[in-house]
Amino acid sequence: MENLGVIISLIIIFGGLAWLFWRSVQGREVERRIIFVFIFVAVAAPILFPITFEEKATPVVKSLFDKIESLPEKSKVLISFDYDPAMQPEVQPMANALSRHCLEKGHTVVFMCLWATGQSLLTATLESVIKPEFPELVDGTDYISVGYKAGNEGVLNVIVSDFIRMFPTDINGTPLDSTVIFQDIKSCADFDLILAVGGGRPGPKEWVLFVGDPAKVPIGVGVAAVVAPQLYPYYPRQVVGILGGVKGAAEYETELAAAHPRFDEVDKPGLRMMGPQTLAHMVIMAFIVIGNIAMFRARRKAE
Amino acid sequence: MKRSTYLVFGGVVVLFALSWIFKSSVLEDGVYSNVWEAFKVTLAAFLTLAIFSFLYKDNPLYKFAEHLYVGISAAYWMCLAFWSTVVGNFIPRTFESLSAAFKQPYQPSSWDILGIPGNIIYIIPVLLGIMLLMRLSSKYGWLSRWPLAFIVGTTAGLNFVRYLRSDFVAQVSSTFVPLLGTPDSVSVWSSFDLNATGPVVALLSNWVIFIGVFSGLVYFFFSKEHTGWFGRTSKVGIWVLMITFGASFGYTVMGRISLLVGRITYLFGDWLGIVQS
Amino acid sequence: MRQTIPLFITFFIGILLIIAVFIPPFGELGETFTLFFDIMAVFAFFLGGGNLLRVHINKLRNKKPDWPYSIVTLSGFGLMLAAGLFKINNPGDIAAAVDTAGSLFYFMFHAAMVPLGSTMYSLLAFFVASASYRAFRAKNREATLLLIAAFIILLGRTPFGMYISGWIPDEVSLFQIPNLAVWIMNSPNLAGQRAIMIGIGLGVISMSLRLILGIERSYLGGDK
Repeated sequence: MENLGVIISLIIIFGGLAWLFWRSVQGREVERRIIFVFIFVAVAAPILFPITFEEKATPVVKSLFDKIESLPEKSKVLISFDYDPAMQPEVQPMANALSRHCLEKGHTVVFMCLWATGQSLLTATLESVIKPEFPELVDGTDYISVGYKAGNEGVLNVIVSDFIRMFPTDINGTPLDSTVIFQDIKSCADFDLILAVGGGRPGPKEWVLFVGDPAKVPIGVGVAAVVAPQLYPYYPRQVVGILGGVKGAAEYETELAAAHPRFDEVDKPGLRMMGPQTLAHMVIMAFIVIGNIAMFRARRKAE
Repeated sequence: MKRSTYLVFGGVVVLFALSWIFKSSVLEDGVYSNVWEAFKVTLAAFLTLAIFSFLYKDNPLYKFAEHLYVGISAAYWMCLAFWSTVVGNFIPRTFESLSAAFKQPYQPSSWDILGIPGNIIYIIPVLLGIMLLMRLSSKYGWLSRWPLAFIVGTTAGLNFVRYLRSDFVAQVSSTFVPLLGTPDSVSVWSSFDLNATGPVVALLSNWVIFIGVFSGLVYFFFSKEHTGWFGRTSKVGIWVLMITFGASFGYTVMGRISLLVGRITYLFGDWLGIVQS
Repeated sequence: MRQTIPLFITFFIGILLIIAVFIPPFGELGETFTLFFDIMAVFAFFLGGGNLLRVHINKLRNKKPDWPYSIVTLSGFGLMLAAGLFKINNPGDIAAAVDTAGSLFYFMFHAAMVPLGSTMYSLLAFFVASASYRAFRAKNREATLLLIAAFIILLGRTPFGMYISGWIPDEVSLFQIPNLAVWIMNSPNLAGQRAIMIGIGLGVISMSLRLILGIERSYLGGDK
């Protein structure tokens, strides 16, 4: 039944593209709302009739995975949720996957945010991923959430040398210097790895500029696809790995499930989104080709 | 208002109520009771559809959703800023009694000025902040220049060294890559092929990076006319930049599509319940 | 005074934060001023909220076009503010996080802010598709190069890239589309982004100097 649905949706989409091609080469205008319907169908059909693909991690993703995998147990990792609901569909899957990986490896994780909206999205990760999947872990001993502080780079400028000065308590008012985790942490330099998940400003770039380079702490980044190309100049000397967009999330989820079979059964939203993503890419490329063919035909007719 | 407008609004209200009732019957209690969970899902779905209605044309439902977003966003950031920074950082440093009231650990100052606790200096940013609010006044708006100057000075001072170190020196040093031989000393001639992970491609990459960065920077140098060898180098820079923008475009398309996939998954999954969400 | 004191403040703070990097004892002072900056940032949010109130109350009062929507904005603002400031229905005590699961604040965030924010940006997918059909034209060599690179990336980031080009032997595996996409990101894209980054970096450095030294004064507004 599912395969039938996939076939029918592919027929509808490619049939529609053929109609669009015919109309375009005839020089007839196509209303933009028709284009909108096309892209909606191209995305909705593989959601209704799932198409799944296998993913293999590219080197920039694998290097981040290997870094977390190679850290000794009880390493200190800081994960910063620096995004808003607009980036959530891309970035939340990688934030969840990175959190799972770090906690599964027995690392001590400190969660924080440079965006106010990140705090509520971090709470969602804690409630829907961390607490249900790691019920044996103790807040304050194995992980802790210190929440958000206003100030963008100003926050980073303080925590690079004195973490508790900026975050005196955790998100629920418990003094950090009374927690087990912060007995050994005075500043960002005491972390073994910092993972910046986000994509806007402040975000991964500010983490590299204000913390990674000054304190010489390895930084890994998980970013929205729009921002990913801009971080490649930092790789690999200033950034250990880059998860770019939903593809990066899908690759990481695949690697995580392969290395830690307990995560094979958990929901992999990144991987699930690759089906609609692939079909939508095909449609966009077809639009570009059809549009250019129509342009060349019109140009030749004019000549 | 036109009769059709009333009909549309009436239809939306009826559909909302039906959806809420239906979802209440299928959802279980979670963090909130099933009635409120159903309201949350229904409201989220209707707001999503209200924004999507803009694709047809601008309409009152879209305007409603847009204005609502502006209002709640502003209030959200204010609340987070208040609790995280005013209650979390300012009050514990200045007012012991208020700290106790908010159940925040009081942070006494380790030094004092003529018997006054040193933390009194944290009144300064509050005063500057109040001066910033003077921007709303036409008569006293000039007072906001002082805190603005503070913000500008802080940003400029912080950025000066960091950008110099990470975005200039580090980037220039990273561009000095081996152009003869490869970093791991594997001979290029050991396997002269275009295997993606082979030494020839690694060397080729180094040349592309070196020439690409150099020619890109030459393109951005507008103080000299782009003629002769300078112009040819600049042309190479343009080609490199075009590939860069093409890559950015590809990633941008991917990013935007992902957001759409996320919303449609929500509508089909969480709201209509016909797919896994 | 209206110009001189702000210029002096900018100079003093800017120079201090630069010196703090090189002379550690000044680092403590630099951190203190950065903490001041963080507390002042809160007032910037209050300023934004205050401005919002002023604009929409003014719209309501003067019955400007679309004034009924200002009621929506102000209602949403008021409800979210009350939910946050008074921690309505928060299961914890006054020290608990404002967005604790179960609170009205958390509810409104997930019921309204998340769908509105996500959907606003997801509209761009439709406009990208429309632009792909109507506007992305290979009119010259440079545009063609851009489109070819975009194509390779779009194909390479999907499994179809491997399906189409998986037959290419290992000796020339660079030309397998996924490998080509990875190479484009790691080489020409890196080079172009680095050139842009160095250019922007130089611009930020020079602008920071201009601001600190008082050469650039546009942030002070008109001479009143």
